[in-house]
Amino acid sequence: MAKKFMFVNRKAPYGSIYALEALEVVLITAAFEQEVSLAFLDDGVYQLKKGMMPKGIEMKNFGPSYRALPDYDIDKFYVERESMEARGLTPEDLLVEVEVLSAQELGQLMEAQDVILSF
Amino acid sequence: MLHIINKSPFDRPTLDTVLRVAQGGAALLIEDAVVAATRGCIAANKVVELAKKMPVYVLGPDLEARGLADRVIEGVQVVGYDGFVNLVAEHRNCQSWL
Amino acid sequence: MATIEVAGKTIEVDEEGYLTNLSDWDEEVAAELAKKEGIDMTENHWEVVNFLREYYEEYQVAPPIRVLTKAIAKKLGPEKGNSDYLYELFPYGPAKQACKIAGLPKPTGCV
Repeated sequence: MAKKFMFVNRKAPYGSIYALEALEVVLITAAFEQEVSLAFLDDGVYQLKKGMMPKGIEMKNFGPSYRALPDYDIDKFYVERESMEARGLTPEDLLVEVEVLSAQELGQLMEAQDVILSF
Repeated sequence: MLHIINKSPFDRPTLDTVLRVAQGGAALLIEDAVVAATRGCIAANKVVELAKKMPVYVLGPDLEARGLADRVIEGVQVVGYDGFVNLVAEHRNCQSWL
Repeated sequence: MATIEVAGKTIEVDEEGYLTNLSDWDEEVAAELAKKEGIDMTENHWEVVNFLREYYEEYQVAPPIRVLTKAIAKKLGPEKGNSDYLYELFPYGPAKQACKIAGLPKPTGCV
């Protein structure tokens, strides 16, 4: 019986290893055919920013990898509205289709999960 | 003194500390701190405040990595690694606000 | 550090035989990697290897078998996007062997 897994991403990409590690675990979890969703709040919203070019800081560009996730049957991307707006970002700035939720809606969705993985 | 800031303004209150404590010199935003110098970010006003007290620089490769190079606010200067080195060399000392 | 020899060049591989540097890859290297896997490269093998290279170029991930079959079915049709066909080409695991020959890292989530 599939469980509901939610990855909660709260860190900006590249300044720490959290975003990349989360993505690796997401890809691994996909192999177990669970019901996986990804939530982005606080600086985690920056993980989805279009147009990343980390060549200059000699890091792997993992932005495009989020767009492969639908092939892994992962297509639920939730973004908290308050976090997104505080950063001057809109859904058009993001590299995948997202569902924008209020803080309260996201909190309720978190309550409904079987497993939460925090990054 | 060169003030180097490397953490996101949403993660640490470093910009507030620098605003309060720094007596001059210059400030350089690197790594996750570069997000503070982007349009629409609610922390941008703190960078504007800081730029009134001293020149503020932002590291270009870190902006590019995060897809933010085209949304830098006015009043700050984007520098590369060579500019980073020059800033360190030009100042007598350096505080990294980790 | 393990290495392989191709046309007089020494190329680094990891302990499982995957290329350390993606940029070392060319068709000669692929042929040598295939030989080590006991695979005689045909046009059908190359098609899968090239597909993987394009997939990696676009998404920066090496897909495991389930994802690979689905993505191939989408691009090349269901007669190629199924595990029977792919296991026939790459008997020791299509994602693993084909990724290795394509010079990609081992697929994440591949056990």
